[in-house]
Amino acid sequence: MYDSGKIIPGLIIFVLIVTFPIWFNHGVAADPPKAELPKDKKQCVLPLSEIRPNHMKTLNQWRDEVLRTEDRSFFSVEGTMYQKSLQNACMQCHVSKKKFCDVCHTYAAVTPYCWDCHLEPVEEATKEDVN
Amino acid sequence: MKYIFPMAAVIALVLIAWIGSKIPGMQYLFGVVVPYAAIATFVIGFCYRVVQWAKSPVPFRIPTTCGQGYTLPWIKYDKLEAPVNTSQVVARMFLEIVLFRSLWRNTKAEIHDGPKLTYESSKWLWLFGILFHYSFLTIVLRHLRLFLDPVPGFVLAVEFMDSILQIGAPTMYLTDVTIVLGLLLLFGRRLVNRQVKYISLANDYFPLFLIFGIAVSGILMRFYIRTDVDIISIKRLAVGLATFQPAILTDISSIFYIHLFLVSTLLAYFPYSKLMHMGGVFLSPTRNLPNNSRMVRHINPWNPDIRPHSYAGYEDEFREFMVENDIPVEKGLPENSGE
Repeated sequence: MYDSGKIIPGLIIFVLIVTFPIWFNHGVAADPPKAELPKDKKQCVLPLSEIRPNHMKTLNQWRDEVLRTEDRSFFSVEGTMYQKSLQNACMQCHVSKKKFCDVCHTYAAVTPYCWDCHLEPVEEATKEDVN
Repeated sequence: MKYIFPMAAVIALVLIAWIGSKIPGMQYLFGVVVPYAAIATFVIGFCYRVVQWAKSPVPFRIPTTCGQGYTLPWIKYDKLEAPVNTSQVVARMFLEIVLFRSLWRNTKAEIHDGPKLTYESSKWLWLFGILFHYSFLTIVLRHLRLFLDPVPGFVLAVEFMDSILQIGAPTMYLTDVTIVLGLLLLFGRRLVNRQVKYISLANDYFPLFLIFGIAVSGILMRFYIRTDVDIISIKRLAVGLATFQPAILTDISSIFYIHLFLVSTLLAYFPYSKLMHMGGVFLSPTRNLPNNSRMVRHINPWNPDIRPHSYAGYEDEFREFMVENDIPVEKGLPENSGE
């Protein structure tokens, strides 16, 4: 082999880059985190098979309808009336952003821009936050 | 018509993954076995190809010089187009790899009435190429969010920049648009440009269709066919693959297996195909050699070992036969010979 002084380091760099996820993860595949579901409620706005993959579309559609056509129409879930709203509907049951939204979003590195405008619900400060 | 067969091949791959992943128990094959086999083929095949290339000798300097070469110290020479030392070669290679500088020089030849031959700058290939390659790079970096836990900052930064327009939810990626555009333009070029169409082969079309299939299946999975596309299970599988603890926690939609199978095909096909230009661009001797054939003596590596053979030595070897045949010699036979 000619120029092995350049070829071998080059190939080593290539292999290191390709295998980056292997050594970055330190061989640990942690169990995916589970979002905390409301204890007293069973029914969501949509069935689980739809709300889980499509909640961002629903929220986006609600935002557009509310902001552009002022359509805040109410709907009923398990007999309780809710209006189209993140804070006044979703967050009524899913009270904690940290324990519900952020759990999956952080794991999957999704940063929705809901909270650019919306206020995070006030949560009791945990020991970690205080320290 | 040479694109029919590769197109059919990509459609067949989609169908294999689509139908295959519906069969109970086959998810492990499409989700774990095939990706591992593909990445192993990719890494080993890639290294093998590069080593094979490195075994071929380069007997003399063959850089393509496109400017004034170095002659006398007071004559200005083109450091990028006719580099003479390592740092200039590195600069030339860097611009070639990062900016595709040689495509910037592409020209189009046309014959007009007269007949008159004209050459005109044609930068379309450069534009389409750069559009495609940088989109692809960004997409690969973006996908690291599924393989790394926790996700490092640079991946988040790429993700942020790529979805900066904040269109829709899930947010549209700029590179999803540009990669499809780039692929369509690169494919269109092979259809529209007669000369390029003539030299295009099935193995030129196949990677285009394959990557197009990957891009489209990815876009469909993210924005349209979201049923059973549970990103958390998908990330667990991807991290599991990277840590050799793969697990498929829930039923994942066929569109995911189609996407993954096409990516696996691309990885496995890579070392056997023209896609090896990824490694080859670093090894192309017309770019990575300095133009120093008049400054440094380059010895052909396969030259046989030929020892000098002087006339005196020749005569010593054949003197007897030369004298016998009356060929004049400089030094006669020794006196007592032949006794």
